Amino acid sequence: MDEFNRILEQTLAEFIAPTTAAYAMAAIGLNLHFGYTGLLNMGQAGFMLLGAYGFGIATMAGLPFPVAILVALAAGTVFALILGMPTLQLRGDYLAIVTISAAEIIRWIGRSTWLQEWTGGASGLQGRDYKDSFHATSPLGDGRMALGPLEYINTGSDSWWTRIFAWGLVALVLLFVWLITRSPWGRVLKGIREDEDAVRALGKNVYAYKMQALVLGGAIGALGGVLYALPLAIAPDAMSRTMTFFVWTVMLLGGAATVFGPVLGSMVFFAAYMLMRTGMRAVADNTGIGDVITTSNVEQIGGMLVGVTLMLLVIFRPQGILGNKRELAFNAH
Amino acid sequence: MPTDESITTTPESVADTAAAAAVAPVTTHHQQVLAKLATVDHVPGAAKPDAIITADHVTRRFGGMTAVDVDHLEVQEGAITALIGPNGAGKTTFFNLLTGFDRPNQGSWTFQGRSLSGKSAAAVAKIGVVRTFQLTKALSRLTVLQNMLLASTHNPGENLWLSWLPFTWQKHEKAATEKAMEILARFKLDTKASDFAGSLSGGQRKLLEMARALMTDPTVIMLDEPMAGVNPALVQSLLGHIQALRDEGMTVLFVEHDMHAVRHISDWVVVMAEGRIVAEGPPASVMRDQAVVDAYLGAHHDTDLGDDSLLDPKILARLEAEEEKR
Repeated sequence: MDEFNRILEQTLAEFIAPTTAAYAMAAIGLNLHFGYTGLLNMGQAGFMLLGAYGFGIATMAGLPFPVAILVALAAGTVFALILGMPTLQLRGDYLAIVTISAAEIIRWIGRSTWLQEWTGGASGLQGRDYKDSFHATSPLGDGRMALGPLEYINTGSDSWWTRIFAWGLVALVLLFVWLITRSPWGRVLKGIREDEDAVRALGKNVYAYKMQALVLGGAIGALGGVLYALPLAIAPDAMSRTMTFFVWTVMLLGGAATVFGPVLGSMVFFAAYMLMRTGMRAVADNTGIGDVITTSNVEQIGGMLVGVTLMLLVIFRPQGILGNKRELAFNAH
Repeated sequence: MPTDESITTTPESVADTAAAAAVAPVTTHHQQVLAKLATVDHVPGAAKPDAIITADHVTRRFGGMTAVDVDHLEVQEGAITALIGPNGAGKTTFFNLLTGFDRPNQGSWTFQGRSLSGKSAAAVAKIGVVRTFQLTKALSRLTVLQNMLLASTHNPGENLWLSWLPFTWQKHEKAATEKAMEILARFKLDTKASDFAGSLSGGQRKLLEMARALMTDPTVIMLDEPMAGVNPALVQSLLGHIQALRDEGMTVLFVEHDMHAVRHISDWVVVMAEGRIVAEGPPASVMRDQAVVDAYLGAHHDTDLGDDSLLDPKILARLEAEEEKR
């Protein structure tokens, strides 16, 4: 019974975990790309990694916390501009190819030795190197606090302050995205998603709108990278293709082109992911299945199941949890 | 069956009734347009009294094939001009060039005296030359009303910096909605305003596309095969709408395959073949131009393929025999 409670507790903790907020943030950005504008960004992890690097390096260079956040946003913006300028004139598929390779390039540059001084090479940046300025912003002080079964330190890496800050930022960005996507500007994006030539024929500068969406979503992705780095460390290999596909799963699970989809998707995804892994471990330890699914295989099987989930989702419920089934019926032109 | 008398009449009488319809102007505006066009020579590249669009030496080559090679074309302001010709004549390519959706190898064209060459599709539309597409581009996952509002021009809310401040654009949005509902009512789509455009029938999508183009208050409206895939009952209504646009002072340029439609509503016909303009004139005279008829429309262009008489093997045999002799 104790074990059962522990599994439930860990699952519950995932709902408010800082990493869940980080993925929600990245998915909000990706939603602006894909859900609203129809841009196939297959390298959101690249934006996140660049945001994390920008934040970490700026902090280590002695810049104050808010400025370091701005550096992260600027990094995402510049990356989006560089990727968008040659590709947004072309057909959508090209952006997918370019983003996936650009994200890999960022990762390989990050883990190479010639920028080791700043990026820490393959081992990345240690948390203690860049977290002090963030911890200094905490109004909560030292000590611990318990809320129901969840108990964390007030200030620190895995703390209440990290959670409050991360979810506060998600809420703020979500409010902003909600405001802009319900506006005529958001309507133009949706028009472009449906048929960009039709929008062009009505006198709209499609390229400019696509660039705005790419930059905004990329900058939000970079912010997601910052949130991801706050409770952990900045390790280039932890922020690669797998991360991109997790962000995609989160966004599609919640529902593309819905406002709360990315947040709900992230919560459901990570809670289910945690439940699945801790549950499998418990089952493997305590029953005969342990001979087949050993504890050391749980991570791999978990990863496989995420892939299967993404496929099932796209095939059987492409509109996600919050999406409108009716709206999706016209997907084919 | 639609109640269109031409379907049951013989080919010759179709031509006559159509010509009669075309030369019976209802409005003074139309009378003036026809009077002006009466002074124009029936030759390719003829100068018009009030040319709103003028194209010179426009060439577009795809590899070794010359798709468009137009020496000179003037489009009369306030008139309905039809651009006809066989498949592959370069009509749509020429349309794409004029509207900035394609770039020519050489050539220049102007709108109201201002050069349009090299302008982007969006810029052309902003100036007042708005087009529709052969394959209808309804924005499926937007509602009919959203489709219309998207076309509204100078909407401050379409600027990212203002978009999150609703008070900066709500007034414009309200006015645009009223205008959109008026236009939709005219096209009998107002009851569908909150439906997704993807749920409309093919013909309704054509209407929506035309209505959407009107939202931009265009000076020139260019329709690429507006009747394609539309049922005969709706064709009549579409023709009426196009004539109404002309009578409101808009210039209409349209590409069409349906000769019946062309004869009914156009004030001027431009015939293209193999990328060139080969003939120009009022519908009645161009249609009677034997060279145009034979070479570009086919000898039996007058024969309605939906005509029941074609089911009669005797008539079919006679037509085939005539074709043999030619």
